[in-house]
Amino acid sequence: MESYEHSVLLDRQKCTGCTTCLHHCPTEAIRIINGHAVISQNRCIDCGECIRRCPHNAKRAVSSPLEAMDRFRYKIALPAPSLYGQFNNMDDVDYILNGLLRLGFDDVFEVSKAAELVTAYTRQYMKAENLPVPLISSACPVILRLISLMYPMLEDNVLHLLPPMEVAAQLARERALKQHPELKPEDIGVCFISPCPSKVSYVRNNFGGYKSQVDEVVAMNDIYFRLLDIMKREDKMLSLSDSGMSGISWAESGGESTALLNEGYLAADGIDNVCKVLEEIDNGTIQHVSFVELNACPAGCVGGVLTVQNPYIAKARLRSIGRYLPLALNFPPAGTDGIPKQYLFGDMPSYIPAARLSESYIESIRMMGEIERLRSTLPGIDCGACGAPTCRAHAEDAVRQGIKTVSCPLQQTGQREEKP
Amino acid sequence: MPEPLVFHFDVDGNDFTSAGTASVTVKKNLRQLGLPSEVIKKLSIAMYEGEINMVIHADGGTADVIVGESYIDIILADHGPGIPNVELAMQEGYSTATAQIHSLGFGAGMGLPNMKRYSDEMTIDTRLNEGTTVKMRIYL
Ligand SMILES: Nc1ncnc2c1ncn2[C@@H]1O[C@H](COP(=O)(O)OP(=O)(O)O)[C@@H](O)[C@H]1O
Ligand code: SF4
Ligand SMILES: [Mg+2]
Repeated sequence: MESYEHSVLLDRQKCTGCTTCLHHCPTEAIRIINGHAVISQNRCIDCGECIRRCPHNAKRAVSSPLEAMDRFRYKIALPAPSLYGQFNNMDDVDYILNGLLRLGFDDVFEVSKAAELVTAYTRQYMKAENLPVPLISSACPVILRLISLMYPMLEDNVLHLLPPMEVAAQLARERALKQHPELKPEDIGVCFISPCPSKVSYVRNNFGGYKSQVDEVVAMNDIYFRLLDIMKREDKMLSLSDSGMSGISWAESGGESTALLNEGYLAADGIDNVCKVLEEIDNGTIQHVSFVELNACPAGCVGGVLTVQNPYIAKARLRSIGRYLPLALNFPPAGTDGIPKQYLFGDMPSYIPAARLSESYIESIRMMGEIERLRSTLPGIDCGACGAPTCRAHAEDAVRQGIKTVSCPLQQTGQREEKP
Repeated sequence: MPEPLVFHFDVDGNDFTSAGTASVTVKKNLRQLGLPSEVIKKLSIAMYEGEINMVIHADGGTADVIVGESYIDIILADHGPGIPNVELAMQEGYSTATAQIHSLGFGAGMGLPNMKRYSDEMTIDTRLNEGTTVKMRIYL
């Protein structure tokens, strides 16, 4: 994790230091320093919550421009199913897929196709004995980062299956090589059309040692208007869409779990809800649940910060698109048994336990005693004026930096009396 | 060894919805000390059950967690009705919780047995109409 490449950045010009993002960061990764927000690279999980909350549009996501694909001879688009929910009066996915071809892609491979395979493999995975209970979906990269940073005791519960995006990238490459024997592997470029910044960092950081098969990640809201223009032309359309209702429903919270046709599931969305559920799993208080689907964004991927449409409107659209589709159209190849090795990942990313105060237990106790002492001198209203999200975090920052006192702006100006 | 670390909480007897918050706070603090997750789990379950008991049976009380070098003590003290028959109360499934409390998902009669199971030592000091103090120790 030493040089992790993040995909959430701050525009210092626009940031007013208003503290909004400070209060909403789930890992307390943000501090206001000299009037501007600063994101801790070790703690940021690329969830995009600060992008969603900033009233001044000062936070932005890093992604690739479409032109980054120009370096490849053969370009493949991987549309996330959330893309299908972005357009008005669009009830046929083929309009979008044909639009992508007109934008200059040579082929389109729907991520929802791969999602249906991942569902089938998850069912197989869950048949094994002595599995940790419950299993936690690995589809949302934010959740994987959150678990390795804040809930490492739950790492074993994570399903070690690659997310649909990666399975789609592998299959898309195989298909291209088969259909075009003249191509060399390096001629092929795979471009994921993403609803969120976390996929960008997932792809760029070789998650847990796995080398992503995706080359570029383009933001859904970057490609949206270009696609809209091009889709209006009423040319002859190729019939390209090849996924069922269940694959498309992965775009929304609950889609992945309902596709499993398994009764004991739980689906939570929105980062605060996700943290609560992870706490409960750790407490052992969740019963009769064998599968847990967690999405960092409200309503699921349709709520990603790189989408255009309101997530609930997008959900309604997806439902009308899926209405007359079969449940699934993609299955593991006939006659095969077991999950192909290339769809599994090994280790979770190595993490630096962000929470831990010191390597030494005794030293940690001393530090925490000091934190508690400093905290008790602060007003406890978590106003953010000092630049830290809570009074407790302010005290912890001081102790970690070896500073013996804390300064509270409110107490200095006498606006608020010190606690007795 | 630095001074032992003490966390003190007032547990509100009127608020079911916030019952269990002290044990969540303790859990987060213990993670920062780098304690093994099994220890944290044992401790937070034992403390949670004790906290809930104070809320549903004794109108609230106080919880103190003392973190030492080789063990952690949890002391839960209330001024509730006391426990008339401790041996009976310790039996799995025994509960005097009302139907209303059952409907909230509490009162399975597993609290005290689980506190015993997840702590290494436990003593109950109880007097009728005066209150109850439960002490639990978990060795590191
Ligand atoms: N702090 C307490 N004060 C008074 N009575 C208690 C207290 N803790 C437990 N009890 C009694 O012991 C019984 C068993 O407790 P427990 O095993 O936690 O089950 P439950 O809380 O589900 O009823 C309770 O129903 C109650 O009668
Ligand atoms: S929300 Fe954060 S990033 Fe946006 S202006 Fe306020 S402090 Fe700056
Ligand atoms: Mg109880």
